[in-house]
Amino acid sequence: MATVADSPSNGTWVIALTFFVAMILAVMPMPEFAPVVLGYLRPEWVVLVLIYWIIALPQRVGIAVAWSSGLFVDVLLGSLLGQHAVAYVVVAYVASSLYQRLRMFSVWQQSMIVFATIGLNQLINFWIESIAGLTDWNIWYLLTSVMSAFLWPWIFLMLRYLRRRFHVS
Amino acid sequence: MENLPPGVAGQVTNRDEAIKSLFLEETTTGYKMVGFGILSIVLVVVDHLSDYLDEIRAGLTVIATPVLIAADLPSREANEIREMFSTRGDMRSQIGELRQELILLKAKTEKMAALAAENNRLRGLLGSAAKLQDNVLVAELIGVDPDPEKHEVIIDKGSREGVFVGQPVLDAQGLMGQVISLSHFTSRVLLISDPSHSVPVQVSRSNLRLIAQGTGVTNSLELVHVQDTADIQVGDLLVSSGLGKRFPVGYPVGIVNKIEHDPGRPFAIVTAVPSALLDRSRHVLLVFTEKELARIPEVSSDGDGR
Repeated sequence: MATVADSPSNGTWVIALTFFVAMILAVMPMPEFAPVVLGYLRPEWVVLVLIYWIIALPQRVGIAVAWSSGLFVDVLLGSLLGQHAVAYVVVAYVASSLYQRLRMFSVWQQSMIVFATIGLNQLINFWIESIAGLTDWNIWYLLTSVMSAFLWPWIFLMLRYLRRRFHVS
Repeated sequence: MENLPPGVAGQVTNRDEAIKSLFLEETTTGYKMVGFGILSIVLVVVDHLSDYLDEIRAGLTVIATPVLIAADLPSREANEIREMFSTRGDMRSQIGELRQELILLKAKTEKMAALAAENNRLRGLLGSAAKLQDNVLVAELIGVDPDPEKHEVIIDKGSREGVFVGQPVLDAQGLMGQVISLSHFTSRVLLISDPSHSVPVQVSRSNLRLIAQGTGVTNSLELVHVQDTADIQVGDLLVSSGLGKRFPVGYPVGIVNKIEHDPGRPFAIVTAVPSALLDRSRHVLLVFTEKELARIPEVSSDGDGR
């Protein structure tokens, strides 16, 4: 029993799978008939999953995982290499310095923190893109963090169920 | 401790480790953040200012291809299911329509071949270079950029099929955009409606040369620097002018739908509707112009000669 719980690869595939699914959701095309505004309502799936795993298993998922998933998202979205990586690293730093407090919070209080963190993520991405001259400020960007905060409780419950079901530790 | 059974002693050390792992060493997290942060920013700067990272991006894109394909599955399946549930009668009438269309198009092509031959003969008489037919490669859309601000799509042909950066992309109705980055199996296409994209066009009625800029809205292009006295009307067809040497001459780009003369502004405000179905076409054509086709054997023969 102890050896199973101690083996460092316990449930790595569960973590990898949740990231994989989050990335699929992040690039899934909207249906053609959907209005353009719906595009801004897409939550930051990968950041949500990242925040969950940092709170749950800070000794396994941290800055390095954040950086590599960010780089992968950059490739998927065709953004500047390193752009999402730096944003995710900052998010991971915030989450891993707050994880003990976050564990004590109720799920809606966590949502508030998620709102702020994903807002920071959006802001960093926007800064880099605007310095590179690739985008203009658009108030709709904030919808992403609103939507992410709104979805957080369900994501949290689902990932916690997965973690307990597969004994990821 | 000696009196305790070995299992309990194991539990104690486990708990110690568990407690230790409860508290992350915050200083290493800080160092890591700074390290990875600086690394990422260096990557961003290098990627923005140079193309050294294109190879790395192409390699990583190959790894990312399964994600793109998985993300495209639902819409692909939806299409297939829709086809599965269409009735036999529907299918038959559709086949009938397609046959009729095919006959019409064939007739048009026959006429076109004769016209092209005549055109080349006349050009020969004038002493100018003959216009050849462009070769095309059919590709399928496998992804759309999720950011509504960016009008980019991903297609399922890459450097393996000879696609190159800057290659023009068409659909059945008109010009769609150009290839901006490549990997082995896929490539990314910037659509003409992206705010960072411009196409040199000319009005097919009056040969007036203009530039059509993307607006960030799929069904609208903006014509910049149109003089108030310019010979342009609502309903005029815009075709690519071939200036700028990126897009081949004569492919339809859009139809002028609004002209506004504002006395307070130096230029008229003119917008056009793109001819291509930018947000609906699933199948696109990659164009190999004769110049590109000529370049490929030239390079290989050079390589053989040395």
